Order: sequence, then C-alpha cells, then structure tokens
Amino acid sequence: MSVLTLESILKGRRSQPHQLIEVLHDVQERYRHIPEEDMRIVSRELGVPLIEVYRVANFYKAFSLKPRGRNVITICTGTACHVRGSNLLSNQVLGQLGISPGDTTEDGQLTLEQVNCLGACALGPVVVLNGTYYKHMTPSKLRSLINSVNEKGIEDTDDAKGKTKGKKRQRSH
Amino acid sequence: MPKVKPRVKSVKDLTELRKRLRSSVKNFKSKLTICGGTGCHASRSQDVIDAFKKELKKRKLEEGVWVRATGCHGFCEQGPLMILEPGNIFYCGLKPGDAGEIIAETILKGEVIERLLYTDPVTSKKVRTEAEIPFYRAQDRQLLAQNRHVDPCSIEDYIAIGGYSALAKTLTEFSPEKVIEEVKISGLRGRGGGGFPTARKWAECRSAPGEEKYVICNADEGDPGAYMDRSILEGNPHLVIEGMMIGAWAIGARQGYIYVRNEYPLAVKHARIAMQQAREYGLLGDDILGGGFSFDMEICRGGGAFVCGESTALMASLEGKVGEPRPKDVHTVANGLWHKPTTLNNVETWANVPPIISNGAAWFAGKGTRGSKGTKIFALTGRVKNTGLVEVAMGTPLRTIVFDIGGGAINGRAVKAVQTGGPSGGCLPLDRLDLPVDFDALYDAGSMVGSGGIVVMDEKTCMVDVAKYFLAFLQDESCGKCVPCRLGIDRMLEIVTDITEGRGRPEQIDLLKELADTVASASLCGLGKTAPNPVLSTLRYFPEEYEAHVNEKRCPAGVCRELIEYEIDAEKCNGCGTCRRACPYDAIKGKKKEAHVIASHKCQKCGICLSECKFDSIIVT
Ligand SMILES: Cc1cc2nc3c(=O)[nH]c(=O)nc-3n(C[C@H](O)[C@H](O)[C@H](O)COP(=O)(O)O)c2cc1C
Ligand code: SF4
Ligand code: SF4
Ligand code: FES
Ligand code: FES
Repeated sequence: MSVLTLESILKGRRSQPHQLIEVLHDVQERYRHIPEEDMRIVSRELGVPLIEVYRVANFYKAFSLKPRGRNVITICTGTACHVRGSNLLSNQVLGQLGISPGDTTEDGQLTLEQVNCLGACALGPVVVLNGTYYKHMTPSKLRSLINSVNEKGIEDTDDAKGKTKGKKRQRSH
Repeated sequence: MPKVKPRVKSVKDLTELRKRLRSSVKNFKSKLTICGGTGCHASRSQDVIDAFKKELKKRKLEEGVWVRATGCHGFCEQGPLMILEPGNIFYCGLKPGDAGEIIAETILKGEVIERLLYTDPVTSKKVRTEAEIPFYRAQDRQLLAQNRHVDPCSIEDYIAIGGYSALAKTLTEFSPEKVIEEVKISGLRGRGGGGFPTARKWAECRSAPGEEKYVICNADEGDPGAYMDRSILEGNPHLVIEGMMIGAWAIGARQGYIYVRNEYPLAVKHARIAMQQAREYGLLGDDILGGGFSFDMEICRGGGAFVCGESTALMASLEGKVGEPRPKDVHTVANGLWHKPTTLNNVETWANVPPIISNGAAWFAGKGTRGSKGTKIFALTGRVKNTGLVEVAMGTPLRTIVFDIGGGAINGRAVKAVQTGGPSGGCLPLDRLDLPVDFDALYDAGSMVGSGGIVVMDEKTCMVDVAKYFLAFLQDESCGKCVPCRLGIDRMLEIVTDITEGRGRPEQIDLLKELADTVASASLCGLGKTAPNPVLSTLRYFPEEYEAHVNEKRCPAGVCRELIEYEIDAEKCNGCGTCRRACPYDAIKGKKKEAHVIASHKCQKCGICLSECKFDSIIVT
C-alpha cells in the first residue's frame, strides 16, 4: 500500500540496520503509526529480522502500532507541568470524552497521548494539538480546544494539513 | 551574506571570512533580536517575526533594520521576547500587532513603549533592559548569553562572534594530549548528571586500543521538566559541534553522533542545518582547516525512552536496537558504540569545551567551588514567580536561585521544598536551601545536581504525591531488564499509592526503606540505582507528611484524591456558574447569583472546579 513513499524513506539507508529507528520515525511521521506491512518491508530492506523490528517499534514510545485518530492531543506530564496541574488536563479529557492516555475516541476523531516533556516547561502546563503548542493550559481552555476540534473536524494547522494530505493519499490506495 | 559558501581551507581563510562577516553587519542602524526558541515559538513568536518583516518591507526600512531570530534566551515564560538595539531595550509578551508600533515609536523616534516592558513581579516596577531584570542580574551567563548573538540557522553568525576559533587554536597550537591536559586543569565535570571528570574520560578513551573511535553528544535530556540542553543545541548548535570536534581531535575519533530526543523537533532541525552548513564550508569533512584532521557526524533521534539517556542504552539505541543498558564491566570508553572506544558527553559538557580552549583552563577553573568548576545552567520551574533557564557559577546557594533569581513562590505562598536532579534526585526542604549547587554538597544532602532541573514546590504540593509521581515515571520508564528495578519500583509504587489512597499502614514505611535499599544496590543501571532517591529524600525531610497520610488519612496539601472532599464556601460563592459549566461530571448545581453546591456522590474529585473558580470559593477538606 505505501511502498512508493516508503521508497523515499528507505533511500540511502538500505542494508544499514542502525538506521532502523530513524526509518521508523519517518514512517510514523508519514502514516501516524507503524503499519505492519511497512515493518515487513523495513525488515527486508534494512536486513533486520522482523521480530527485532517489532521489538524496537514496541519498545519506543514514539512509535504507535495502532492507527491514531484524525487529531492527536498530547498532554505534557513532565515534572514542571505536573506541579502546575497537568493532571487536571487529563481529568478534563477523561471527563469530557471518556478516554485515557493512549486511547482514541470511538469515532476516530481524537487520540489522547502523554509526553514526558517538550522543553517548554516555563509555559506549563503545555498541550500540543496536531503539532501546535498551547501554553498555560487550564481545563476550561482545553475544553474549548476539544470543542473546536469537534466542530471543525480537523484543526487547521500547517502540521495537520500536511498530515491530512498524507492520510488521504494513504486511503486512496 | 555569501550565497555560495567559500570553502574554508585554513585558519587564515577562517579569520578572513570572519572579518568580512563582521564588516557586513556594521551598516545596520537598528537591530532586532527576536527569540524563536521552542518556548517563544509556542507563544507564536514566528507570527511576530513575520509581522516585523512585513511592516519593515511596507515602510521600506529593510535596509537599515536587521531582524534576527535567535534561540532561547532562557526567560521563555515572558515570551515572545525581543531585544532592540541601540538601547538594549527589552520587550516581552509581544503580539504580531505590536510590530508597527515598535517600528514607529522605538525604532524611528527612539521612544520606549512602557506597556511592552517587563514588570518586576517583586517591586512591580517597569524595567528597560535585560541587565536590570533581577532574573538575569544574579546570573553568570557564559553559555546562554551567546544565544542572543546567533541565529541558530546561520553558521555565519557563529563565525562572526568568534566561532570555530577554538577549533582553529586546537588544530594549530594543541596536541591531543595538551587538549586533555587543558580540560583537566579546567576541572570540567560532566553536566549530564554524573559529574564525571571529563578529561579522565577523554584520556581513557584516547589510550584505549583501536583505530576507530567515536564521540557522542547526549541530547536525550530525559529529566522531565528540564530544558537546558534543548536551548543550547537548538539555540547554538555550532557551539556543540565545535566542542565535539575538539573532543574528537583529543581522543582520536573521526566520527561523531548527536543523539537527540525526538520531542525537540526544533533542536533536531537546527542541528541538522548546522551540520550541513559546516560541511559546506569544509568545517566538517576531510582535512579540516588544513590541519590534517578529518571528522564528520550524524544526527539520530531518540524514541522517547528515558533509559536511553543512560550511556550503554543510548549506544544500543544508536545501533538501531532496543535501548537496554548492559553491564559496564568494560567501560564504554574502551568498548562502546559498535564495541569501539567511545566518549559520550552531555550537550552542556561539549558546549563548555570551546570557551575553555579559547579563554584558557584557568578562566573556567576560576569560577565555582573546589570540586565543581565553571558555570552550570539550571531549569528553574514549578511554583516560582520567575521560571526559566538560570546559569550561575557552581557553588551558588539554592536560595539565591530560588529567591533572588526566581523571586520566590507564586501567589505569595511559602516555598516548601526544592526538587533537584530530576527522577534520580531528591527533595530538599526550605532550611536546606543554603546549600550550594555543587556536585558533592547536594549528593551528601540526599539529592543531586543531576542535569540541572530545579522544581520549586510550595504548600500546595504534596510530598508523598511527588514521590508517587517519580515512582510512576520510573516504573513506566524502567526497561525491565533487571528484576530489582522492575519489581522493586513496582512494589514501592504500590505502597506509596496505598499511602496516598488512605490504605497506608505504619509498618509500610519501614518496608519502603528496605525496598529502597535493595533497588538501589541491586539494579544494573543508574535508573534503578537512583530510583529510590525521591522516596528516600521525602521520607527524610518530610516524615510528617507521610505520617498524616498514614495515621490520620489526611493529605495536608489537599492533593491526594482519595483523602479529600471538595466543597463550596457559601459565604464566598457569588454564583457565577463557572464551576457548574466546567464540571465534566455535572456534579455542581446552583442558580445564577446564588451559592452553588457540589453533590458529593457525583463528584469525581477531578479538581477542575477548584482550578476554575476565580473567587477562591472552593475549599478542599
Ligand atoms: C537512566 C539514566 C538517564 C540518563 N539520561 C541522561 C540524559 O538525558 N542526558 C545526559 O546527558 N545524560 C544522561 N544520563 C547520564 C549518562 O549516562 C552519561 O553519564 C552522560 O551522558 C555522560 O556525559 P557527561 O559526562 O558529559 O555528563 C542518564 C543516566 C541514566 C542512568
Ligand atoms: S536498573 Fe531498571 S532500567 Fe536499568 S537496566 Fe535494570 S531494569 Fe533496566
Ligand atoms: S466558580 Fe466559584 S464563585 Fe463561581 S459558582 Fe463556582 S464556587 Fe461559586
Ligand atoms: S515539563 Fe512540560 S514541557 Fe517540560
Ligand atoms: S524560547 Fe524564547 S526565551 Fe526560551
């Protein structure tokens, strides 16, 4: 399905097992998760046993084996954000949408994720929606943000645009 | 600026290029330095930069006004921020709409716009320049100060301020041994957490047998809540690259790697651009500056695993494998990446190398304490007035950092504790804040300098909850390879959870201490070995908080969910309805302008109403 684009990701990296993580990052970026079929191709092309590719994809948090929702909300739970109440934000999402970190809403609209720190700690608590950072978040600001996603469908950020395109391309195959 | 990059083939070429670059910037009447680091970027600084460019173009002022987007200035909380020359005027909290006014008033007429100046939260006075801001005044910014002078995407900026001259000096005047000797005299110790003497590591790696050797920069910055490494790599990538090149020359490596966390997209981008530019100028590649030294490097992204900051796990990850630590019977300096001698240093450690070579070891050793030299950058965060990056000479008391620079706790509360060293560190109480930031002093007090995170906590922070937070973090991040770490942290978390949820028993405290001993002594890598620190230090300095939870089933800070109830103070409540609308569980009822009530059977204690009420009417009992 995604052989063509995978081609460009693999270019210059074939038979270099140490490039595995870099390749998986690019696959994840493009498809928002690591499709099983791609793992097979990556395994063959880099010369890494499939079980090892799977182990690596499973070990690192950056990779998701399950498809994610059309929008991704990431809540920073690093120490700086934690002491400023980032747990309230997870509570807000749980209360509003009934999903916990790692889950996607049933309609596939939104996935909730957590991250350990984004390096914007002075602005905490920080939330990222489809690549755009939101600082000094409060439960009510988050509620409006989620509502805006549900109204607009997909957040209109550059990053989201790029990703929707990628998504569409993927679906049309 | 030259379009096709001239190859810099010798030290003379470099010096001439620098001269040309310097004279080309003299023609600007005003200079705007706008921060484009991750923090300010999150505050939409790119829109501000674009607005300035547009306005300047509209007014045909592009020729006379130089706009430079730089990396982090360390005061991200106030962002987007800018410095305007002449006058060194510091404006903060900028919006795109301010661009026109700044050009019309300040650039053209020289008038300062009061509204955009920084207000000192302690004196409530407006402050004009960076130098007058208390947050900056008590600092000694050797590394961070460079950020405002370079656009991280411009190697020319870096060369203009003297960049790569330390490398030139090394290649022409220093033998590898002399470099190591110089670093040794400087007293530089690793900034990544361990405080290991850098020169010793280099010397061992140099003398390890083998032709092929590697240098690695650890930019994994695992401490959640710390961002000094991100701001250096993202704001001044060439400084790190230059440091690595000097180190590579010293140990005899021809290849380097930067292992950077994927959560820092801007740092990844800037480091990549920097590497590419250095290659174009011939500063990376074969026969650098005609000195017979060849070196190149690669950037690898981490996968969001804390344990990958550990040296052996990091090397496994660089090899494309699962990031599990291995026993360090043979040190990585002899048997590291691909079993070759490898030197791994932290971003800040590498960044300190060029200034040590340029200014001399004595300059560096002149700052700090007997055992900890130079300056160190700390990320001051948490419940403190001024949060940001703080660079101070080693040996500065914590109190100076928290109160003089940080301005004390927010909302007029009292500082209760300071957490240093991240998940491997510990919590120190107020009466220990006279301790100097010094590797050995903090270690002796049960905490550590670590990589430089300082989190301020006040009476609204529950210390048992803090211990639980770090245990949960470590349980999640343990690679699970060794049993004491995996099961021990699990069990400790279980007990602390019992305590925070009202099921704690007094004898569990002793069990907790026993487990802590086992985990610390029997774990394979530093993650497990230091995992008990947050628990042990809170037990040591805040036993009364544990006792309140265990014996009275009470959380004094009002944090632990199972031990508290939320109520509305009918006297104070004005019936604004904010909490009613905010409560996701529909647990709050009340008529407009009348006191509201919380139905306790519906309340899930999510704490949202408390954070939303502007009138302090929600009480925690
Ligand atoms: C679990 C664990 C995580 C670590 N994370 C980091 C990190 O994120 N950044 C870092 O520079 N060092 C980290 N370290 C320390 C490194 O293992 C290593 O000591 C350091 O990078 C060496 O560089 P230095 O001597 O310049 O400090 C970590 C250590 C452990 C045990
Ligand atoms: S101490 Fe923990 S993280 Fe380290 S190797 Fe053992 S299990 Fe893995
Ligand atoms: S938000 Fe506060 S003041 Fe407003 S109704 Fe709720 S408790 Fe009363
Ligand atoms: S702790 Fe949240 S951005 Fe660093
Ligand atoms: S990112 Fe602008 S000051 Fe830190």
